[in-house]
Amino acid sequence: MPAVQETVARVRAIDVDQYKYGFVTDIESDLAEKGLSEDTVRFISMKKCEPEWMLEWRLEAYRRWRTMTEPNWARVDYPPIDYEDLYYYAAPKGTKSGPQTLADVDPELLRTYEKLGIPLVEQEILAGVEQRRVAVDAVFDSVSVATTFKEELSKAGVIFCPISEAIREHPELVKKYLGSVVPTSDNFFATLNSAVFSDGSFVYVPKGVRCPMELSTYFRINEKNTGQFERTLIIADEGAYVSYLEGCTAPMRDENQLHAAVVELVALDDAEIKYSTVQNWYPGDAEGKGGIYNFVTKRGDCRGKNSKISWTQVETGSAITWKYPSCVLRGDGSRGEFYSIAISNGRQQVDSGTKMIHLGKNTTSKIISKGISAGKSQNTYRGLVSAHRKATNARNFTNCDSLLIGHDCGAHTVPYLEAKTSTAVFEHEATTSKISEDQMFYCQQRGLSEEEAVALIVNGFVKDVLQQLPMEFAVEAQKLISISLEGSVG
Amino acid sequence: MNADIRPIRTAAESSLGDIFAAAREELPGGEAALRVRDEAFAVVGRKGLPNRRVEDWKYTDLRALMREARPLADTPGADEVEAARALLPFGEVAARRVVFVNGRLSPDLSDMDTLEEGLSIAPLAVALAGDAVSALALKGVPNDNAVVALNTAFAADGLVIAVSDGAKIDRPIHVANIQTGAAHASYGRVLVSVGKGGSITLIESHVGDSGAHQTNTLIGLDIADGASAKVLKLQDEGLGTLHLATLAARLGAKAFFESVSLATGSSAARQQIYLDFAGDKAKAEVFGAGLAAGGKRHLDTTLVIDHRTLGCSSRELFKTALDGEARSVFQGRITVRPGAQKTDGKMMANALLLSETAEADAKPELEIFADDVVCGHGATVGAIDDELLFYLMARGIPKAEAEGLLVQAFVGEALESVDDDALRDALSARAERWLSERV
Repeated sequence: MPAVQETVARVRAIDVDQYKYGFVTDIESDLAEKGLSEDTVRFISMKKCEPEWMLEWRLEAYRRWRTMTEPNWARVDYPPIDYEDLYYYAAPKGTKSGPQTLADVDPELLRTYEKLGIPLVEQEILAGVEQRRVAVDAVFDSVSVATTFKEELSKAGVIFCPISEAIREHPELVKKYLGSVVPTSDNFFATLNSAVFSDGSFVYVPKGVRCPMELSTYFRINEKNTGQFERTLIIADEGAYVSYLEGCTAPMRDENQLHAAVVELVALDDAEIKYSTVQNWYPGDAEGKGGIYNFVTKRGDCRGKNSKISWTQVETGSAITWKYPSCVLRGDGSRGEFYSIAISNGRQQVDSGTKMIHLGKNTTSKIISKGISAGKSQNTYRGLVSAHRKATNARNFTNCDSLLIGHDCGAHTVPYLEAKTSTAVFEHEATTSKISEDQMFYCQQRGLSEEEAVALIVNGFVKDVLQQLPMEFAVEAQKLISISLEGSVG
Repeated sequence: MNADIRPIRTAAESSLGDIFAAAREELPGGEAALRVRDEAFAVVGRKGLPNRRVEDWKYTDLRALMREARPLADTPGADEVEAARALLPFGEVAARRVVFVNGRLSPDLSDMDTLEEGLSIAPLAVALAGDAVSALALKGVPNDNAVVALNTAFAADGLVIAVSDGAKIDRPIHVANIQTGAAHASYGRVLVSVGKGGSITLIESHVGDSGAHQTNTLIGLDIADGASAKVLKLQDEGLGTLHLATLAARLGAKAFFESVSLATGSSAARQQIYLDFAGDKAKAEVFGAGLAAGGKRHLDTTLVIDHRTLGCSSRELFKTALDGEARSVFQGRITVRPGAQKTDGKMMANALLLSETAEADAKPELEIFADDVVCGHGATVGAIDDELLFYLMARGIPKAEAEGLLVQAFVGEALESVDDDALRDALSARAERWLSERV
């Protein structure tokens, strides 16, 4: 059945033409020479004052990348990228990589973030007013310009800093975990990232610590013709908990810009990491001119027993999205979750989904994906659920819904299910009958129609996660959630 | 990284080339047919046999499954025909029988006389001598698919069946394919055209001895407006046989197509089904049941449903039970092209794993370019429900028997829609036998 009018109006309201973050900050930048060579890699490493071992690591990745070819299996179509015609490093002048206080940050930059709705201030808690606080790491092109609440976090033992700083200050942790989830040889874009990554966040939550506040990174691409290659590494030690949010925007430009990030999560015994993204890169105009190519490798490793990693993503931006946040469920009893709302409009192309790789015993995973395509966009869900021979009692539930608005767009579903043990129970469902019949019965018994009941249940747990986003991020997300499931297909 | 890089030819690939070079002059059809065959063989000659780096063959590595290429079967001798007679299935089903022994039409075992009005049946070789190209170069099948290409290159025998407009052929036609004797390769092709408002039922059976044969059959149906066709298949090849099969159907407006299959045999099998909705408001139902146990048995079903017209509906249900080290593969794709509004498509694949070492892979895809459609797909993989087992055992049914009952109920769902009682019983009996052999 066709989408209801209200839904159509809501999607239109977040159409590509409405992009609010398309302004450019006029700020002078330090750029690396155009193009990519060993010298570029050395330049970036030098700029970041990195130790020798890090440079070697990058160079090895660079040499390997030279032997690789770009993957072409995704359902996306774009002209070949000239990797020699990019700036691999851009930093606002006057920012030195290294610890600094908010007072040192260029006021122009602070204003930029204010305009984006991310105030970089450590607001005091008002007497008697309970206010949620979020520590922010602001990454502007290739450098982290400010990190808030560092002091307070360090009191709890939490390390939250730009990754370039972590490489200098905490080499033992970085050495141990960097590349252990996404190896340098993983795939074309991850290898490129390993060679030239500039900044990103590093989080370490020590044993038994529940991170006292939400952590977040706000990525902003500003400079022309640059690629942003951020690298994020989050480690939750035994029994730790952390919730991390990521937001991204970019100016409106006619040229496409490349964003190839790598995110690695490691959860040890009984640890939990909640990773949320509101991805709102510039999607290009209605004709498909400009926009960000978002080619991202995100992977979480549930390394310890009973650990949990949950990915939540709200995808509205980017000209092209190629991203599959995954969970490797290695520890016995570990759990992976993936909640996604992907909205494409204009001529956007989305090829996104997840991988749940069950290796340990009694591992469980849940995938809820809602794709909405409008305009002339193409929206693909691509996901893998696999259970290794030793993953006894692996359990997965997958639900993918897609909604088409208009007849020039496409919605596609490409799920892969691989079960190598008889005790695995996999369900991939698009129809509504497989949602717990008890819940359905309960709702319907109270007078809700089947459709209302489904919407309530599915939205219920998506909302659960999204409501934990701080206000700044939630506004966009909330708008999307209210889009109903009416008229959805498979 | 790229899939195009061709390593050295495997033994199978080079001997396929030798076999084709030696046989091409002898294959039926004239100059034009030979050109089509050369072109088809070039697909395999160029790219080799598909392997797991090729997306469509990700779970079924034909290059690994086909280590050697068997020689083409000779015309069967009297001994082989007698051996084949003993293997003939569906004796109790009232059907007109046409029998192929090692891929060759066997007039002794077949009944091609006194045809009903409006029905014509001709051997493929005869048709090839006349209008060669249309019987070889088929529309609506992917000619660059290795299985189709090999069939086009080598098909020497088969049938061309035509039902004229309005003719309803009540008596099913049973095409039996029997492999016996020395290990060989056999290729067969059956083309069926059903005129406007006509109807036909085709029963297809594949049986044989335990030799390491390689079979490749293709059935092509052209179902005109308002016509109806059913294809019922039993794949019960010997456990040494590699079975490759393609079923392609083109549906006109308001046409109806139904396919029901049961697969219990072969060492490795791949069934490819291509449905092409060419007219509005056509309807298709495809059901399949698969049973595989022991060894490294491999059962692949690949389904491509192409909706390009208005208001069509398709239903697909596939049930597979696996034991031992068996592995099942289900790849299904429903495509709804721009403008194919009001399409109603549903696809479901269920796999039941009966042993620790069995494996099930599923890839149910949807590709949708129209907004006013209802499409759904589902896939499940799991073991037998302990509670169900407990329920039966609590009532005094031994475990093995209880399992058998549950498996039978599980796969039985896919066979329910066979309306010929004798045939349905025969298929159920085969499934039951599989279960009793398993225990």
